[in-house]
Amino acid sequence: MTIQETENQIIDEFASFDDWLDKYDIILDMGKSLPPIDPKFKTDQYIISGCQSKVWLHAEYRDGKVFFTADSDAIITKGIVSMLVKVLSGQTPDAIQSADLNFINSIGLKEHLSPTRSNGLASMVKQMKLYAMVFKMKG
Amino acid sequence: MPFNISDIRADFPILSQTIYKRPLIYFDNAATTQKPVQVIRAISNYYEQDNCNIHRGVHYLSVKATEAFEEARNEIREFINAHATHEVVFTKGASESLNLVASSFGKKFLKPGDEVITTIMEHHSNFVPWQMICEEKGAVLKVAGILPDGQLDLEHLYSLISDRTRIIALTHVSNVLGTINPVKEIIAHAHSKGIPVLIDGAQGVSHIPVDVTDLDCDFYCFSGHKMYGPMGIGVLYGKERWLEELPPYQTGGEMVKDVTVERTTFNELPFKFEAGTPNVEGVIGLRAANQYLRNLGMDNIRAYEDELLKHAVERFSAIEDMRFYGTAPEKASLVSFLVGDIHPFDAGTIIDKMGIAVRTGHHCAQPLIDHFGIPGTVRASFAFYNTIEEIDKLAEAVKRVKTMFK
Repeated sequence: MTIQETENQIIDEFASFDDWLDKYDIILDMGKSLPPIDPKFKTDQYIISGCQSKVWLHAEYRDGKVFFTADSDAIITKGIVSMLVKVLSGQTPDAIQSADLNFINSIGLKEHLSPTRSNGLASMVKQMKLYAMVFKMKG
Repeated sequence: MPFNISDIRADFPILSQTIYKRPLIYFDNAATTQKPVQVIRAISNYYEQDNCNIHRGVHYLSVKATEAFEEARNEIREFINAHATHEVVFTKGASESLNLVASSFGKKFLKPGDEVITTIMEHHSNFVPWQMICEEKGAVLKVAGILPDGQLDLEHLYSLISDRTRIIALTHVSNVLGTINPVKEIIAHAHSKGIPVLIDGAQGVSHIPVDVTDLDCDFYCFSGHKMYGPMGIGVLYGKERWLEELPPYQTGGEMVKDVTVERTTFNELPFKFEAGTPNVEGVIGLRAANQYLRNLGMDNIRAYEDELLKHAVERFSAIEDMRFYGTAPEKASLVSFLVGDIHPFDAGTIIDKMGIAVRTGHHCAQPLIDHFGIPGTVRASFAFYNTIEEIDKLAEAVKRVKTMFK
């Protein structure tokens, strides 16, 4: 599935819910489906520090594609992290670098990705793209 | 009830709005309070009718604006019961007041090996400036701890005092725990050893009557925006003898007496500490806020907010797995809490979507949050425009959070 296809799938999932609390229920469920990160990567070296919640992110490069695993100490953050992983994991560095991740806007979670928001998610996206760039350079 | 709550709420236009299809409930008053129309009008009237640079002009508008500015200073003096008007210095806010004292006091009085005492419950604003100046001067910052219920550990505080202690800087009211510190007693104890005391009153002035003469504090700092006034204006109260002795913090216009190529002499108090064109709009707004508070009466405010606090503690205590941070007997009207092992960010995000503004995180008091070994707290801080019904709605929201994160 392409990045755009996964994004559309997530947008569809949210479309039927109008109330904010219902939307957050889906986000919580998504957090639960995030594949666990290997505990050895849940260290300060892999941490993306936000002011309020922490995110751990690890990336691997296999067969020309980048695979992410991640975790967070806050469940809502984890839910959003899981969406980003779902959308970007298994894609090529080029696709990751050019992804605009508009689905976050479409489902009304823009505030969570604002760089002024202190939950580390904006830094996480930056870090994912940075991994993609480094893997591409290393070839 | 000491005053009519619906009349009061009508004075705060921002409170009548709906967010996420729910009526806004504002419980982030310790971060900033909302502004009554009286303050908003005073500011727009100033720009419509009186705007002018002050203290310099000889013309009508300048005289009028200067008069309003200096009358405001006198009203603030009355509000905190200072001896003299020139002991009231206008700053950008409590943070600037605290930085001013730390910097100027440190420059003049701190030598290598000297000691400054503060507490673990300080806001970063009353912690970092002292940490910086101590580092610069080779002085030592000592930090008094707290008891399990969030009271200041007075025994520990007093044990830190030595013949090298140059100043004690502590908060009147903790912005995380709500603890009201027994500052009068601490000041008397410190003075018996010849040590001056600075009080960070950012969370004090809006909740409890403050009398700097009765407290006998050497410095008292607070912000306008936490007492229903505008942002960007604050106050440093300092005893005349200290303010006279401290060197200027910033230099520029207004604060100088004579400038020649060779040397500069500084203006008298309080202008020595007010470099540049001041925030006249802020002072005018602060004056209106102050008048508003005086009309309500600080004792009435305290009594009503105590009722709110009591109700909140009762309601929240009934929620299973609720943990309070700060249960001191003397407490301002806020509750800091966590529910089970739910992350404060998660709780706060959901509570927000229910139309309720609470603060989550470390509340700019990381040493205190680290002390508890938690990622932060959820804090609901109340003001006199809040109601019992709003607190009940927060209790319901917390229950909803519990269900969602089970």
